[in-house]
Amino acid sequence: MIARAIPRPVTAADEMLLKITRLTKVFKGSGPPVHAVREVSLSVRRGQFVAVMGPSGSGKSSLLHMIGGLEPPTSGEIWFDGVRVDGLSQAAWALRRRQHIGFVFQFFNLVSNMTVADNVELPALMSGATRRQARERRTELLAELGLSDKAGASPARLSGGEQQRVALARALANRPSLLLADEPTGNLDSLNTSDVLRVLRRVHGQGQAIILVTHDARAASMADRVINLFDGMVADDMDVLPPVRSSVAAAGVIRLGE
Amino acid sequence: MRLPLLALLAKEPAHGYELKNLLEQTFGQAYPSPNIGQIYVTLQRLERDGLVRSQDVVQATRPNKRVYALTKTGGEALANWVEEPSDAPRIRDDFFMKLALSPMAGATDQMGLINRQRRHYLGLMRGLSELASSAGDDSPIARLLIEGAMLHLQADLDWLERCQEELM
Repeated sequence: MIARAIPRPVTAADEMLLKITRLTKVFKGSGPPVHAVREVSLSVRRGQFVAVMGPSGSGKSSLLHMIGGLEPPTSGEIWFDGVRVDGLSQAAWALRRRQHIGFVFQFFNLVSNMTVADNVELPALMSGATRRQARERRTELLAELGLSDKAGASPARLSGGEQQRVALARALANRPSLLLADEPTGNLDSLNTSDVLRVLRRVHGQGQAIILVTHDARAASMADRVINLFDGMVADDMDVLPPVRSSVAAAGVIRLGE
Repeated sequence: MRLPLLALLAKEPAHGYELKNLLEQTFGQAYPSPNIGQIYVTLQRLERDGLVRSQDVVQATRPNKRVYALTKTGGEALANWVEEPSDAPRIRDDFFMKLALSPMAGATDQMGLINRQRRHYLGLMRGLSELASSAGDDSPIARLLIEGAMLHLQADLDWLERCQEELM
């Protein structure tokens, strides 16, 4: 047996966090079947920030839910960190999610009868961390997200933006390799949206891979890459190029003519 | 440029460089470097039209400077401008003409047209986001202007999506 880890050069495959191939979701009900996602293939690198845009009903959420194991694909493959995961049982998915995937939604889904601190500590405790480890991680996260003074509060007493930041802290508690966010600013006003975007920008800056489903172009424009879904298929896949900044800054926002 | 300069002169008479500085203070990074040449040309035209008048002020150690002041006609023009509602929302008519007429011009890839326009808008949005995050010290007016530009751009993107849904 030579199953020992043999040092080898880092290859492109190692940089790949997620790879999906011909992923398809068909919803069958009383009416004709609905093809929500049609044979989508794409790869996401470690630390990459990918925004997914597209009209309502274009398959954005279904795609994200399949990647996070919340919905089984009809066909196609999902490879996460070199392991095929699309056929996993629900229990196996739950374990994998807890360890590797953070999820935030449009509605914050915080446990209302627990404090902010308890909400953020929960994932670590469920993964077998000691109380002390969970508390340390929670203190660190709340400080980073500017919520230290809210630790003892009930989620209901917080603004929408604060609740979403708590939900982000909870999603990041176990240091997931991938953060999945489904319209996290969809229910927030402009100022609260700015707060949440600032946090996303910061965690991405620390190397967090993110897949963000959004209608908000401000959120999407922070990503490294924007995928546009249309009718369940990838209509466009673009890198967001930073150099544009200088041209905007130089030209200014307003132009005073004659 | 004409009416903004009249508005700045309504407070007190000023010379060209003072007006440039006032524009910079008011609009911050939303309007980084007003063109002094454009300011002087506009002031000359305003004077020709009787909306401002100028006077040379003698300075002991430096060249004379020309100070501009609002006239009564200028004050009325400014008041009218402030009172009347501004233009209707902008329509991106140039892009829409391309979209509507490209099939006739032999370009059939409308999806490509929409995708290129979306990429362009997202690039602009990225630039504005970065401008907004570095405009913390600017005046509230400057920050609101940037936010307004972002909201317009979001509307343009939403509308692009509607074009895609209807035409594709």
